[in-house]
This record gives sequence, structure tokens and C-alpha cells, in this order.
Amino acid sequence: MEAFLHQVLSGLATGGIYASLALALVMIYRSTSHINFAQGEMAMFSTYLAWSLINAGVPYWWAFLLTVAISFVAGIVIERVIIRPVEHAPVLSIITVFIALLVIFNSVAGWIFTYTIKTFPSPFPEQPLFGNRFISSHELGAIGITLAVLVMLYLFFRFTPLGLAMRAAAQNPVSSRLVGVRVGWMLALGWGLAAAVGSVAGMLVAPIVYLEPNMMSGVLLYAFAAALVGGIDNPFGAVLGGFVVGILENLVGAYVIGTELKLTVALVLIIGVLLVKPTGLFGKVFVTRV
Amino acid sequence: MSEGVKGKGERSCDAGLSARVWKAIGLAALLCAAVALPFLVSSYRVFQFNMVLIYAIVLLGLNILTGYNGQISLGHGAFYAIGAYVAAILMEHMGWPYWATLPVAGLTCFVFGFLFGLPALRLRGHYLALATFALAVAMPQILKYKHIEHWTGGVQGIVIIKPEAPFGLKITPDQWLYLFTLAIVVVMFVAGWNLLRGRVGRALVAIRDHPIAAEAMGVNSALYKTLTFGVSALFTGVAGALGAIVIQFVAPDSFTAGLSINFLIGIVIGGIASISGAFYGALFIQFVPNFADQISKAAPWAIYGVFLLTFVYLMPTGVAGFVRLAWMRMRGIGRISDPHRV
Repeated sequence: MEAFLHQVLSGLATGGIYASLALALVMIYRSTSHINFAQGEMAMFSTYLAWSLINAGVPYWWAFLLTVAISFVAGIVIERVIIRPVEHAPVLSIITVFIALLVIFNSVAGWIFTYTIKTFPSPFPEQPLFGNRFISSHELGAIGITLAVLVMLYLFFRFTPLGLAMRAAAQNPVSSRLVGVRVGWMLALGWGLAAAVGSVAGMLVAPIVYLEPNMMSGVLLYAFAAALVGGIDNPFGAVLGGFVVGILENLVGAYVIGTELKLTVALVLIIGVLLVKPTGLFGKVFVTRV
Repeated sequence: MSEGVKGKGERSCDAGLSARVWKAIGLAALLCAAVALPFLVSSYRVFQFNMVLIYAIVLLGLNILTGYNGQISLGHGAFYAIGAYVAAILMEHMGWPYWATLPVAGLTCFVFGFLFGLPALRLRGHYLALATFALAVAMPQILKYKHIEHWTGGVQGIVIIKPEAPFGLKITPDQWLYLFTLAIVVVMFVAGWNLLRGRVGRALVAIRDHPIAAEAMGVNSALYKTLTFGVSALFTGVAGALGAIVIQFVAPDSFTAGLSINFLIGIVIGGIASISGAFYGALFIQFVPNFADQISKAAPWAIYGVFLLTFVYLMPTGVAGFVRLAWMRMRGIGRISDPHRV
């Protein structure tokens, strides 16, 4: 029982990380209907940025905030400079652009920071909180931060004029433009937010998987799975999906087939959910007119 | 290739006819050059061009699925891997001759592709891309799985012996394999071209462009879509088997998700829904990484990414679309044809 509880809790912790990257995917999907394959690499690059700041002597939380801010701006710049020109291109061209971004980020990170594995500090104490035996402080902290980000995003989209404008631009670009919403900038803001949320995910996952240019490849697949399970257009679904995927991954790995087929679990999960509900558990079903 | 000559007025009728003659001459010349090639360049280059031919088969298969039928697959590396492993296992454990493994590899992949096509029926666009991508990512793990290690050789993979040229021909094994691959390429491309130019091809394009209208016209879209998945996997499986024979080695880690992504890049760069695009795409994925490596040893993939961006920006319809446009400008034909036509 104790081992079981341990598996569930640590699954919950990794699930929190999948959830925050899935949240970033949902951000971009909601504003542009694209799935950003480069999201993981962007988060990885942000994490390197934080690592450089911390190594330069900046205190952890300042480095954290600074990285989030820089990532936000960088996300906007990427949308304006690279994504904008292919906005109306076919899906496949856009996917190719994302793949190009992915390899560029990966390669440049390896070039600047080398491929040697680095440790990344955790802001949380090493001792488990409240003397519990099941979950480390970092894991608990990761869950807390993910939930905090989710709440902040909810408040932003629900209660601020800018959030309303962003939702409007995503839902009906033409009418939004007519009432004076600058749709292009709203998309850019969506990218900025996604990059910022992604950077948080990167900094949370780095103490667990260590910092290296390929650290996100596994995480990104689970984040995809999470976003799809929850419904790609629903932030709450994505976060819930993240936790579900994290727990299932751990339980199935520990009790059913062993760790060597963990990725296959993600595959089966994705296909299984999509077979039953093609738009995810909480996704909206769009009815198109013939 | 299948530029319609009927019912377009006299001028275009003439233009169509002479264009056809030119195309036939061009194709014959290309084929002659392709046959002569292995006797003119070093054996390493022969190997590289052999890989180009193999990739061209994959890209044609992927293009049938993604370009013509509109189902995005980021998982064709998995079918390529299945084809390669079928060939390797048959040669290693059953003692089959290398040429006999190709049909089996193709058929096995057809079955897998068809089965994967069934759940894929419910998915569209990005969702399908992700589901197939998951397949590609999971493939190396499945191949390493310890209960099938006896057959697959686990992490070590399987080493294959390179076949010699038959009939006492005085050519090197590399040159023979190249010519063998070339013959398969001709067969596969003629088959693919015949499939796409007629009724089936029109049905595929109709499903891609307007699924509901296609259904209304009596196209059984579920059947066509799953069969297309199967046929596409068949092409890829044959290419995978050829790849295994030419490289003489299969191992789980040669079939990563990167391979599948490369295939998709190949068809986008070559030209979506274009048969000749398969060759341009194959040249790109075989040679551009090497070229990028020569430019910058430190960050070759960054250079590769920049190349990708440049191609997408400058040639939005792929190299094939660009070539077609340039050809028409040269011949002074003002009209710009539908970019989706071959």
C-alpha cells in the first residue's frame, strides 16, 4: 500500500510538469490552432537561460522571474518574425517550420552550452516537507507552481479585458477585428504566454531530469498525450490530463509492464482516448456546416 | 505527368502533346543517367545515391497518404523499421535470399498500416499527426522489448551479409545493389503513378479536399482511407527492407522519431502531392545534412533548420512546384496550373 501511494504521489509530481508543458501547448493551440512541436525545445532553451543567470550569481527567484519575462518577449518575437510569414500556409508547411525551430533551438543550445549534463538547482528544501515519506519537497513544489500558473491564467483570461480580447481573437478573428481587437498582436501574445508557461515547465523539470539539450524530448511526448487526453483546447483538461498521464505512467510502469515500455504506454493512451473521444475528454466538439 | 490534354482548346492540346514528348525524352535521359551513375562515381557516392533512391520510395508512399489523401503521418519511420526488420529476420533466421524478403516486408507493412489506419479514421489533422508521431517515438522501445529479443537481436540489432552480384556480373556489390534498387524504384513509381492518375487517385484527392462531397459522390471514404494507409505503409516497408539490405545492419536506434520527421520534411521540401517531388525530397534529406555539417561543425542542425526555413519561405509548393512554375514561365504558358496537380 505504501509503495502504491508512493507511486501515485510521484506520478502526480511528474504529472504536474507534463501539465505545465501541456498548458503551454494549449495556449498556442487556442490562439492559433497550431500544435507547437518546438515547445519543448523552447522551454529547454529558457531553462539554460535561467541556469546562466543563476551561475552569474542572480538569486534563484529573481532568475526565475527574469527567465519567464525574457521567454515571454522571445515568444512574441518568434511569432512576429518566423511564424507570421507562414500564417496562411498549409498545415504541413507550418509543421515544417516548427520542426526547423526545434532543430535550431536544440543545436544552438548544444553549441552554446555544450552537450554535457548539468545539474539545475531546486528552490525547495532537500528535506521532505512536514516529515512525510512519500513525496519530496521539489515534487510538492512543482505541483503547487503548476496549479498557481493555472489559476493565474484562469484569472487573466476570465477577468481582464486583454484576456477577453485574446479569447475573442481566437474564436472569431474577423468580428474581433471589426470591434477593434488587434488580432495579430493577440496571436503574438498567445505565443509569448506559451513561451513563459513553457519556461516554468522547463525550470521545474530540470532538477529531476538534469539539464541537457535533449531533456525535453520525452517530456514533450507526455505533454502531447496530456493535452490530447484532456482536450487540446481546454486548459483545465490539459492540466488534469497531465496528472492522469503522470500517474498512469508510473502505475503501469511499476505494476504492469515495466519501465522499458513506458513510451508505448503513452502511445496506447493517446490512441485509446482518441478512439473513444476524438476531441479529448473535455474537448469541445466542433460541428461544421456542410 | 498526367497533364490533361482533352477539352482545353487547340493551343493547349498542341502544347500538351509536345510537353508529353519532352517529358518522355527527359525521363528516358534521366533513367540512362541513373543507370550510368554507379560506374562514374566512387563507391561511397554509389551508396549515398542508393539511399536517395530508397528514400524516394518512402517519400512516394508518404505522399500518397499525406499529399494526395490528406492524412498527415509523422510515423512512417515505424513502418520503415518494420520493413527493415522483416527483411533482416527473414535473411538471418530463415536463410531467405535478399530479393525474396521485399514482397513479405511490403505485405507485412500493408497489414500493419491497414490496422493503424482503422483508428486513424477517427482522427484528423494535428490529432492524426500526434498519434502517428507517438508510434514513431515508441518504435525503438518496442523493438528492444526483451520478449522478442530472440528475433530482433535487442539493442545490438541484426547484421546482414551484403549480397554479391548474380549471374557472374563483373560489378561490385554496391553497384549491383544500386541497380537492383533502381529497378525496384521504377516498378514502384510506375505502380504509384498508375494508382494515382486514374479513378483511385481522383477518389483520394476528393477525400482530401472535401470528404463530405466525396462521400456524396459514392466514394467509400473509410475503405479508401484505410487502404491508402496500407498502401503507403507497403511502399515504406519495401523501402525499409531495401535500406536494411544496403546498410547491412538494423538496430532499434536507427529508427528514431527523427527518421519519421525527416520523411515528412522530405515531402514538404520535394512538393506535396507530386510524384517527381519524391526525388527532390530524397536528395534533400540525404545530402543537405552533410552539406550543413560542412558549413558548421559546431551546430550543423541549426544550419539545417535555417535551410528548412528558407525552402519553406522561398518555395511554398516545394521544389517540384517551383520547377513546374519555372518550366511554364520558360515555355510562355501564362496560366498557372493547380498546385496540387502532378
